[in-house]
Amino acid sequence: MIDRDEVLHVARLARLALSEEEIEPMARELSGVLDHIAKIEEIDLDGVPPTSHVVEVTGRLRADEPCESLPREVALAQAPAVSGDGFLVPSPQA
Amino acid sequence: MSMDELIELSAAAAAQALAAGELDANELFGAYRARAQADELNCFTWLASEPAPVASNSPFGGVPLAVKDLFCTEGAPSQSGSRILEGYLPPYTATAVARLKDAGATLLGKTNQDEFAMGSSNENSAFGPVLNPWDRTRVPGGSSGGSAAAVAAGLAPWALGTDTGGSIRQPAALCGIVGMKPTYGAVSRYGMIAFASSLDQAGPLTRDVTDAALMLRHMIGRDERDATSLRFPEQIELPHADRLDGVRLGVPAELSGEGIEAGVLEQFQRALTLARELGATVNTDVKLPHAPHGLSAYYVIAPAEASSNLARFDGVRYGLRAPDGQDLVGMYTRTRHDGFGAEVKRRIMLGTYALSAGYYDAYYGRAQRVRTKIVEDFRSAFEQVDFIVTPTTPGVAFGLGEKTKDPWSMYLNDALTVPMSLAGIPAISIPCGLSEPQASLDGESRPLPVGLQLAGPAFSENRLLDAAHALERAIGFDNSLVRA
Repeated sequence: MIDRDEVLHVARLARLALSEEEIEPMARELSGVLDHIAKIEEIDLDGVPPTSHVVEVTGRLRADEPCESLPREVALAQAPAVSGDGFLVPSPQA
Repeated sequence: MSMDELIELSAAAAAQALAAGELDANELFGAYRARAQADELNCFTWLASEPAPVASNSPFGGVPLAVKDLFCTEGAPSQSGSRILEGYLPPYTATAVARLKDAGATLLGKTNQDEFAMGSSNENSAFGPVLNPWDRTRVPGGSSGGSAAAVAAGLAPWALGTDTGGSIRQPAALCGIVGMKPTYGAVSRYGMIAFASSLDQAGPLTRDVTDAALMLRHMIGRDERDATSLRFPEQIELPHADRLDGVRLGVPAELSGEGIEAGVLEQFQRALTLARELGATVNTDVKLPHAPHGLSAYYVIAPAEASSNLARFDGVRYGLRAPDGQDLVGMYTRTRHDGFGAEVKRRIMLGTYALSAGYYDAYYGRAQRVRTKIVEDFRSAFEQVDFIVTPTTPGVAFGLGEKTKDPWSMYLNDALTVPMSLAGIPAISIPCGLSEPQASLDGESRPLPVGLQLAGPAFSENRLLDAAHALERAIGFDNSLVRA
């Protein structure tokens, strides 16, 4: 069972603000889903490795050659706020 | 050709008519654009005003294509069904879309979907639900609900979708069309707005199996921009089989009994009878013992990956930003609060929890081990049979609002499609009949399509398409009814 404090802790980790009325339903719904998920505790998984990739692949590296990048004005075009040549964000201490 | 005749052409037939000069690409685009413009199902989030030019000798020659919202398309809104990306115009085009364009497809429009592809009913879209063309009081499935409904209703000849745990196959089943999830890595994920990177895969939603093969042929292949994309070992061929002689089908009890509606099982059994008549053997002793745990593993792995992928939505580089007057972290958290819908928040929370200190081994670590068991289950099953066959979904299309109260009841829609996703293997859903459901909200009872799923080992796409083609011909499902 996930309680209110745990919901607020996880929301902080996820950088997600929750309104007061979202907290209780979130705790209830997460608990409900985790109850179902808990079924995987019944399976004997001793010595079973975790999946890393489903289809065999070998690491492939491309040549490290300089190529054209996105023009600055294109990269900035969709930003909510820009200043000069960069993205504008609020101060960490505002 | 009359408008009705134009719309009745499959994508393959339209491409042929265009190549033969019997059909004008602008006329074809205009016919579909007019229908899409008049759409009452809410399939589209954006429509192109005119067709982009295509090379005259290209394989598709200008056949219009509907594309799921989450594919980046340069100059056209790509919002992944989310308020947080409302109006976002990406600076580049996804590889899958670019390849289909190079093959001569013209972008008709972007289709509605569950937000960030998280959902099985299209009710999680910030741009409103999509209605099922067979019964407008019911959902089309999801998350590629707009793509599936648009193809079923004849608002597009074919559509591009993505499948993470069933998001192509389930809506295809609920809308009476064909949907295919290729082998993981067959199609580049570059330019797809990510949900769960180890599972996401693009694929076709089409009226028939031939169209699915035709689209897939021009999507596959290694892409330098996606390190998980693979060189597909062979060309995708157009399917011609009309027999199943010597084909060994496996029906695992774990995915063909419990929790499945009687009407769905009835159509499924009918399809198996037809398969036997075509020469196939049906093995009901084949086992996938860990498949029933697929859903639990999936609902740890997919949210965990999503919580990481969706960290990029922070109000800095694109999309929504919450109003000023806060510090940096305050801006992040408010932006994400305002921009994400309820289901996306739930999955971000679930994934963050499963990855957090103290819970990682119990949830994420365990889920990845269950995934290994599921991969092994399929591997041993494919030593006995050529394909696994199941119903695509436990039920037919359900009513709008019917499963939104309890998240797990919604997740159960994916129970039969998630195991194949976890194993990274190709799977196709074809319509196999109609089932009479309980009366709808408006008191009417209308027959609804049932989907049959065929899954094969990695890279078995050509054999899978052939088997699906033979079955499709024998079943003779008529999905022209809802295009009228």
